[in-house]
Formats: sequence, structure tokens, C-alpha cells
Amino acid sequence: MRYSGFKVIKEALSGHKGWKPAWREPDPKPHYDVVIIGGGGHGLATAHYLAKVYGQKNIAVIEKGWIGGGNVGRNTTIIRSNYLLDGNEPFYEFSLKLWEGLEQDLNYNAMVSQRGIMNLIHSDAQRDAFVRRGNAMMLNGADAEYLDEAQIRREYPFLKFDDQRFPIKGGLAQRRGGTVRHDAVAWGYARSADSHGVDIIQNCEVTGFRIEGGVCKGVETSRGFIGAGKVGCAVAGNSSRVMAMAGMRLPIESHVLQAFVSEGLKPVLPGVITFGAGHFYVSQSDKGGLVFGGDLDGYNSYAQRGNLPVVEDVCEGGMAIMPMIGRARLLRMWGGIMDMSMDGSPYIDRTHIEGLYFNGGWCYGGFKATPASGYTFAHLLAKDAPHETATAYRLDRFKTGHMIDEKGMGNQPNLH
Amino acid sequence: MIINHPLLGPRDSSEFVYMGDASLIERPDPEAETAASDFVEYAYLRDNPASWLRELWFHEGGDRSWLVVTRNTVTHEISQVEMARDVARSKGRSK
Repeated sequence: MRYSGFKVIKEALSGHKGWKPAWREPDPKPHYDVVIIGGGGHGLATAHYLAKVYGQKNIAVIEKGWIGGGNVGRNTTIIRSNYLLDGNEPFYEFSLKLWEGLEQDLNYNAMVSQRGIMNLIHSDAQRDAFVRRGNAMMLNGADAEYLDEAQIRREYPFLKFDDQRFPIKGGLAQRRGGTVRHDAVAWGYARSADSHGVDIIQNCEVTGFRIEGGVCKGVETSRGFIGAGKVGCAVAGNSSRVMAMAGMRLPIESHVLQAFVSEGLKPVLPGVITFGAGHFYVSQSDKGGLVFGGDLDGYNSYAQRGNLPVVEDVCEGGMAIMPMIGRARLLRMWGGIMDMSMDGSPYIDRTHIEGLYFNGGWCYGGFKATPASGYTFAHLLAKDAPHETATAYRLDRFKTGHMIDEKGMGNQPNLH
Repeated sequence: MIINHPLLGPRDSSEFVYMGDASLIERPDPEAETAASDFVEYAYLRDNPASWLRELWFHEGGDRSWLVVTRNTVTHEISQVEMARDVARSKGRSK
């Protein structure tokens, strides 16, 4: 069933009795060509592109809880492609282009809003670094724009420009960046994948891998054994736990990242603002809430909630750069578990076990990567070779010295 | 989160800097045949359990000692706090 304006009108006139569930609830079959572990944004996107672009049939997505119940529903919904390094920027730009065509591709309103993102600059050194990054973005076909202080004063007059420690001296803007309704991304991919014949199996937890002679034959689950020609794992946040069942140790630590939303306000904030120096970023949802966040809590955690020191730190950052935020009341706050990798960049790669593929290590950049992650992981699963934009995301890059360390922090996951 | 420092008593965790899995104390032998791959594992691979984890905390906002804290990564419950120095010596380091 295709969605359209006419369909809405027709249903409105007939009592909304014609709507059907957006996806089926099938029982698992004994064997699939491809089993994807993880019914989050990345897993569902992988299934969608595998079926639609790569023409694979007989695919299942298995999910421990309900689809979209993890990080795809817990992030702060920002999309952008403002990276510096060659291993990253083409991938994220590919992702942003997929976002731009996503709603037509899925026939689903994901509320993709290219309202722009701006990183604030406070010093000459930071300006040099940001302008360099802007140039790297443009070399890779993305858009980037340097804004001086006067331009920012026109667009964001309410910011605190004359802060003693971090006066605003300029900004790096990406106008094509913005926000997306995150739940709709999971639902849209799920609906599309289902319509292409993908079985989405919820409440089905992986309890082990069946590996014989170095070949992965399928997964043991809470609903029995499911055989598979290939198994793809896309469970960022819990990657280490799942891959440990295949005997693998990963270059990943799990950390909690908090997010916050204020009460609903009238439109006050036109785009996304990041105040990196003060560990704070903010946007306004279409419902009116100010959605904001900051740094990791900083220690390994599988608890989907954070602690108060970071709450205080984030709110101080907000007050420092955007004092009017102090008049808004905090409505909700929550935490999500991040796969923090050793260089701040993700992994999309084969493993040493034949038929077992891995997608993870998204740090806190997983949401914006959802379409490209799904597309390139589908490419890897279908063709056994990396997609041209994802060749750098190898699991063995630390052994070969090909780290992709945007911030130059080294192997300290809580600093990326 | 409160860390019960063996010398200073209960201290807020925000006084500390976090360094991760305490297995970092056990630096591989650089003379070993397998040193190159040992160091890749040591520097880059982690167990990352969702349960009890022994981890290094540095008391930067205090006496600048290194601690080994045994903490549950799901509940944040802390069961044991030791001086990292004592742990390292008990493993035969710093002789």
C-alpha cells in the first residue's frame, strides 16, 4: 500500500478503516540467505538496500526487543557530512545524499529537514582548523560555508557573542545538514524492507552463533536455530557482547551518551548549533522542544541512563552560549549506549569467520550514517567487497596503521 | 557515583579521570617474538563486558593516585577499590 495525499483524503472520508499494519509479524523460517542481527536503523536500512538495490531475496532481520527501540530512537536526530578525513567524508556525504532522497525512496515521511548546522569558532587556531575542514568537505563534493561574526549575529542574534572565555568569532556552516524524525527512519525502512519480502522478526534474541570449521552456519536464538548463508551483525552499543558469542574481541568500549529535551516552545532556533568548546549542541524539534546534548559520561557503561555531573556540564554549556535556554524547563533526559571505537570511526567489514560480517563502532555518529551504513553494509553482504565509500572501515586497521582519527585523540575511546 | 578511595575515603567520581580496562597494567613483553601483535591487542582490543569490570581511575582532582576499581557496568555498583600500585606489584611489576 503506497502512502499519498490522496490516500489520506480517501481514508479520512471512509473512517480510516483501510489502513493496514506497516509490516508483517512473520515466524522465523528455518533458513535465510542473509540474516541481519539488529532491528535498529542500520539493520533495517541494510535489509532495505539488500532487497531493493542488490536484489537479494530471502532476508531476515532479527531483533531482541522491538524495532527502533534502541539508539535510532534515542539520538538527537542530526544529519550532516562535515568531516575532515578521506576515509570518512565521502561516506558521510554519500549518506547525506541518501537522506535527501530518502522519503521518495521509502514512500514514507521521515520529516527530513535541511535546516543547516553550524559549528561555532572562538579563536584563530580553531578558525584555521574549521576552514581546513570546510575545504576538505568541498573537495569531496559536500557544501561548506565560512560565516563571520556579523553573519552569525544576523542569523542567531540570541547567542552570547562576548563570552570572556569563548567569544564567538565565526562559524563553519553546512546548509544541507539538518534533522530527521528518527523513529520514522526506523519505521520507514522497516515498512519498505517488509514490502520487498524481508522478514522482520521481533522479540527474537541471538543467544549464540553456529560456527563449523570456521564458517558461520546461522544463529541460535530465543526462538530456535535460524540457518543463514550470511550473517550480518548491526547492533551498535552491544557489539562487543554479541560478537563475544563468536569468540571475537573488538576495538570497542561501550559508553553512555545523554540527551535532553526541553518543554515545547515556539520556533526560536532556526538550525542546529554546535558549541564544541563548551561540550554542547542544540536544535529545536518540529514539536518545539529544544533537543540538546554534550559529552559522554566518560566511563564504560551499559546502563541506558547517565549521571548528574554530565547533566550539569551540558546545562552549563547551554547557559554559556545561549543564555535564553535558562528560561526553558527540562522535560526529559535519557541515555543511549555507544560503541566507542579506538579511533572514533566505525567498522563495516568481514570477520575472520566466513559468512559473518560486522557493522558497528559508530561512536555517537551513528544516526546520520544510517542510510550509507545500510547501503554499504548491504553492498558488502551482497558482493563480498566493500562499497567504494566504505573501504577504510576495516577491523584490522589498527594492525596496519590506517587509523581514521578525526580528532587525533589516539586509542582512548572516551575522548572521541 | 562515589569511589571509596583506599587512602582518602569516599570521593565523587567527577574528581577522577577514567582510563578503562585495568588489563592495561599488564603491558606485553616487548622482547617477545609475538610483540607486534601482542601490542595491537593490548592497545586496541577490549573485553567490554556488560557486568563486572576492573578498571583504572586516576585521581586527578585529588592525590593523583591511580586506582583499580571493580565496578558493574550495568548498575554502576562498586565492589572493590585498590591502589593500582599494589595491583601492579602483586603481578610482579616494578620490582
